[in-house]
Amino acid sequence: MRILLKMTWIELKLFVREPVTMVFTFALPLIFLFVLGGVFQNIPSEEFRDAKPMDYYTPAYVGLVIASIGLVGLPIHFAKYRERGVLRRFRASPIHLWSIFGAQVLVSLIIASVGGILLVVVSMIAFDVRFPESPALVVAAFVPSVVAFAAIGILLGALLPTTRAAQGLGLILFIVMLMLSGAGPPPELMSEAMEKTGQTMPLFYVIRLIQDPWLGYGWDWDSFLILIGVTVVAALASLRLFRWE
Amino acid sequence: MKKIIEVEHLRKVYGATVAVDDVSFEVVEGEIFGLLGPNGAGKTTTVECLQGLRRPDAGKLRVLGLDPQSDGRELRRRIGSQLQDSALPDRMRVWEALDLFSSFMPNSPDWRITMDQWGLTEKRRSSLSRLSGGQRQRLFVALALANNPKVIFLDEMTSGLDPAARHTAWDLIRAIRDRGTTVVMVTHFMDEAERLCDRLGIVDSGRLTALDTPQGLISTYAGQVRVVFSTEHADLSWLQGVPHVSRVNRHGPRVEVEGTGPVLARVAAALVERGVVPTDLRLEQPSLEDVFLSITGHTIQD
Repeated sequence: MRILLKMTWIELKLFVREPVTMVFTFALPLIFLFVLGGVFQNIPSEEFRDAKPMDYYTPAYVGLVIASIGLVGLPIHFAKYRERGVLRRFRASPIHLWSIFGAQVLVSLIIASVGGILLVVVSMIAFDVRFPESPALVVAAFVPSVVAFAAIGILLGALLPTTRAAQGLGLILFIVMLMLSGAGPPPELMSEAMEKTGQTMPLFYVIRLIQDPWLGYGWDWDSFLILIGVTVVAALASLRLFRWE
Repeated sequence: MKKIIEVEHLRKVYGATVAVDDVSFEVVEGEIFGLLGPNGAGKTTTVECLQGLRRPDAGKLRVLGLDPQSDGRELRRRIGSQLQDSALPDRMRVWEALDLFSSFMPNSPDWRITMDQWGLTEKRRSSLSRLSGGQRQRLFVALALANNPKVIFLDEMTSGLDPAARHTAWDLIRAIRDRGTTVVMVTHFMDEAERLCDRLGIVDSGRLTALDTPQGLISTYAGQVRVVFSTEHADLSWLQGVPHVSRVNRHGPRVEVEGTGPVLARVAAALVERGVVPTDLRLEQPSLEDVFLSITGHTIQD
């Protein structure tokens, strides 16, 4: 436990010392917010689940913060550690793989919280986005969402051999998911094929899980259970497939 | 002497390459044990198997009474490692690395003392990326010592160090041994092996070809010492008859007498007796380089 907390603290400091990653994680969802905020008229509409577009998109962009950590940040982090020999050094120490993974999950939670709060505050100020209908449920939805994407990120980091591979594949997954999972065009405007594809992606369920209580539709058990399943499968696969060098 | 490490018939294969081939040796408590050989000889693979970082294909290993494969994590709590091609994040600070690695064991010594011993106190707040090669190397040895290990593995510890830093590192390694930590080191530097190791194994193409103290290796495999001097005397054929002399070579005024044991005293006495008094009479000791050449048939660079 002491080692886990120490690792978490050091990893958090390392994240703050890496300005490029920080900007990507925190600024990218804000850019989406401002670009799309100018596109739609902010009146309630059917395409947006009977909500105002920005009330619809703000929780979706919280999902983007989570996805960028899991699909871009973590895979690159692990691939870099492997490439540089950092994992090799850790492997020769008594530190357990669980502590290395656990520290990343905790760091992801902290970073996602900061990024999420930043995004919500900005959208409330700039676009008059309403406060969530059920704030406690939104918070409750946020945590398993981050954990699921952290697990996906660790799995990608375990599978992808090089930093380049992680950058390439991570960004592609990120862009495809953001387009099809509800953070791009509203699902009601997409073709059936696009909608179906979107529903195979974990980000779809993250956005649902956060958006539902935000807009007053309550807790979405299906999405919650799917994300738990994703977490378990990704964590087990990571433990099996993890390569130290 | 208590055995710290036992290796019996270790074998490790990568694809079609036999990296380690039937290697057996023991390391006893409190010694500096070295594996000397050229790059790719199998030294690193051997010590990585000992640390549980690679799975041997055959053979029996015991380190501190533990099996490196099945008790790997328990073992790594009690050993220290300095590995080749390993690193820590660039933006990590020196003190953070030491603090982290000393937290791995509950009763680790104060890392500030280790930091001081290895001359890193001045750099405690520096990022790892801003350290010189020597400072980095010292930090990684210090990290290997952070959990107060019973045995420490050092893989090419002094590569990348300047001569002064190497000598300092050697003194520190001796100090580690004198405090009771067993040291297992891998090197391709002859002088380092000769001056630092209590016992030494010579590794070539995956095989352990000789094992002894550096002096023992020299007297077994390169027993001949050379007495060298210059003289204008034409006839020195009588030198062949001096006891302990085995061979005499002459290149103009320069004379080289090969022999064993007290050959220097015998040659000197015989020369004086015949009225030959060279001013440059000296003894050339064979070195590990000669040992390596005579065992493997090539130099360590080949």
